[in-house]
Amino acid sequence: MTNTVSVTRKTLRRLSLTMAASALALAAVAPAQAAENGKFRLGIVTFLSGGAAGPFGVPSANAAKVVIDQLNAGALPAPYASKGINGAEIEMVLIDENGGATKQVEEFRNLVQRQKVDAVVGYISSGDCLAVSPVAEELGALTVFYDCGTSRLFVENKAPKFVFRTGLDAAVDNIGAARYLAATRPDITRYAGVQQNYSWGQDSWADFTAAMKQTLPKAEAVESQMPKLFQGQYGAEISAVSVKRPQIVHSSLWGGDMEALVLQASARGLLDDATAILTCGESALERYQGQAPNGTIVGARGPFGAFAPQNALNTWFTGVYQNAYQMAPTYPASKMAQAILGLKHAAEKAAKAPGEIPAPAAIAAAFKGTSFESVSGTVQMSRADGHQALQGISYGEYHYDAKTKKAELKNVKSFSGTCVTPPDGTEAQDWIKAGFPGAKCE
Amino acid sequence: MNSIYAVLIDGTIYASWLFLVAAGLTVIYGVMRILNMAHGSFYAIGAYAAASMVGWYFNGEGAALPVWGSYLMLVVCALVAGLVVGLVIERGLLRLMYGRDEILMVIITYALLLILEDGMKMVWGVDPYMAFQPYAEMGRSVLGGLKVSNYDLALIAVSLVVGGGLWAWLERTNTGKVLRAVIHDREVAMAMGVNVGLMFTLTFVLGTTLGALAGALTAPAISVAPGLGVEVIVLAFAVVVVGGLGSIEGAAAGALLVGLARAAAVHYAPELELFVIYGVMSLVLAVRPQGLFGRTLVRKI
Repeated sequence: MTNTVSVTRKTLRRLSLTMAASALALAAVAPAQAAENGKFRLGIVTFLSGGAAGPFGVPSANAAKVVIDQLNAGALPAPYASKGINGAEIEMVLIDENGGATKQVEEFRNLVQRQKVDAVVGYISSGDCLAVSPVAEELGALTVFYDCGTSRLFVENKAPKFVFRTGLDAAVDNIGAARYLAATRPDITRYAGVQQNYSWGQDSWADFTAAMKQTLPKAEAVESQMPKLFQGQYGAEISAVSVKRPQIVHSSLWGGDMEALVLQASARGLLDDATAILTCGESALERYQGQAPNGTIVGARGPFGAFAPQNALNTWFTGVYQNAYQMAPTYPASKMAQAILGLKHAAEKAAKAPGEIPAPAAIAAAFKGTSFESVSGTVQMSRADGHQALQGISYGEYHYDAKTKKAELKNVKSFSGTCVTPPDGTEAQDWIKAGFPGAKCE
Repeated sequence: MNSIYAVLIDGTIYASWLFLVAAGLTVIYGVMRILNMAHGSFYAIGAYAAASMVGWYFNGEGAALPVWGSYLMLVVCALVAGLVVGLVIERGLLRLMYGRDEILMVIITYALLLILEDGMKMVWGVDPYMAFQPYAEMGRSVLGGLKVSNYDLALIAVSLVVGGGLWAWLERTNTGKVLRAVIHDREVAMAMGVNVGLMFTLTFVLGTTLGALAGALTAPAISVAPGLGVEVIVLAFAVVVVGGLGSIEGAAAGALLVGLARAAAVHYAPELELFVIYGVMSLVLAVRPQGLFGRTLVRKI
């Protein structure tokens, strides 16, 4: 009796081993397969917890929900009026981006291999993008990065096939910021910076100072502070910046850190004497409630959120978002909507018959180098061999009306994509230092 | 010259905040020998409670409520939050764990930290809260050319009061004397008829309330967001270790040392700022492993 049991166990074990092995082999060889229920399964990855959830992740997830609902109802204006994606209903799988790059790679494999998603849209953190990108290429999984700004993405992934980015490179933010200052405040001689002490903050400061040397060669960087991420209290930093008497304070802080810096710097009088230029400032437009002094310069990392142009798609998007969440969409929400629309455009361009869900390779081929309509205007996938979006950037001044309790943007200036983006094959720092060769500004 | 002056002011302000954060941690360790990792959560709970109540206060229907009410609100929030959370955790959980290994207590309170972090996310969500009115309304003063927020200056006064009060309570009152007996030798104190259980409850609730108070008083100057408590516990721990675990004077000295060192780094060598707190900590520990005011315990056989 015992013998039989042990034999059965052994057989079972061998069987399960074989199964596991073959499953592994299959996973390694076969490209991702579509969900078999006829729906377009879409993985959405963004921060649902952690410090980036409130300002970026949750607005993005909200945008994804409302856009997918509306797509499934076929309620979008042209050219996206068809139901779902090419007639197939979209099924969303929402994943939390919190937990670091190693965990995200695991989650990504899960999405592709177990959940069998047809495409993934997501990622705010540059670290996550850099880690996921090679895995996406290896698995042949169509992946659209909607927000992360690292310039290294297509430097490391030299011949991208399945990876696309519909958001802009972070260098664009800071080149745009330097150009905005040159256009609106040509007399600046002293500026300072406060950045978070990690790659995002350091890269932002390096790009900004290099760009300032070109656009305003007389201006001098008098102070640079690098407080640690999520520090929240900037008393000493504000004093250190104040004693140097800058006219402009550049900051790439985001989320709660940015709000805290603005609040403390304005209470301490630093922002009476200096004007802040906040590259991520638009995400808190509705939250400053007058705590940011009028005239503070804010950006939205592209023509998104409050900077998005007037067009049928943006009117529709602002309307449905406002209906669902009682607030206007900020830039992370617009960027999420843009990525989903780009994916729909490419999938429908690739499809041969209505209702068909094209293979990832076919969608990728259609996505490459295309141009599509979005909430931010026309997006051209014309950088990084057709895998990176090229768009302009806008900056403007924050003005708050205490009576109506409404914030508005004044003095908005936009710079075309070719004016602020390095050409293919040139790294941002080299392009800036060479004096933006070939830049076409309108 | 201007910078030295700014370093002194910034350092003192930062030190007063550090002391407020670290006081509760060191009190609990001194009496109970529990290195309370959940202290960061008490800080965060105080901050969230204050931020949401102040937000509610100013968004109320009347709208023209006096500002001083919000300062009252901050303190009341801290007291209520600290009292409730402290009592529930001490009576409901820690009471059952007394007498266990110190290491085990660290693990238990760490688990508590993780649970409370997620609990707060369930209650308050992930959106940052701002309660800037008390901070902004106080205005600012100009001290020798440097503009300083009056709220920050008031924090210095508060931490002096808290520190002085704690010292007087421990050194000048009967309860304080009993507590010192418990600190010195728990078993003998018990044999002499001291109600150690009651003393523990009292201490833990006091420590929790101090943590919540630090959070509530910080809330107006910052944006209260998830993960707040975890950031703070590391700093508080560094301060307490520099000063000597369990010592009030130590926490004050540690806070001052760390605060001034950090302010000096920010002004003179910003690239060292990340490292300077731990630099101070390792220097002090290399010379005095028990911390500046730490007592070396006689090992009982």
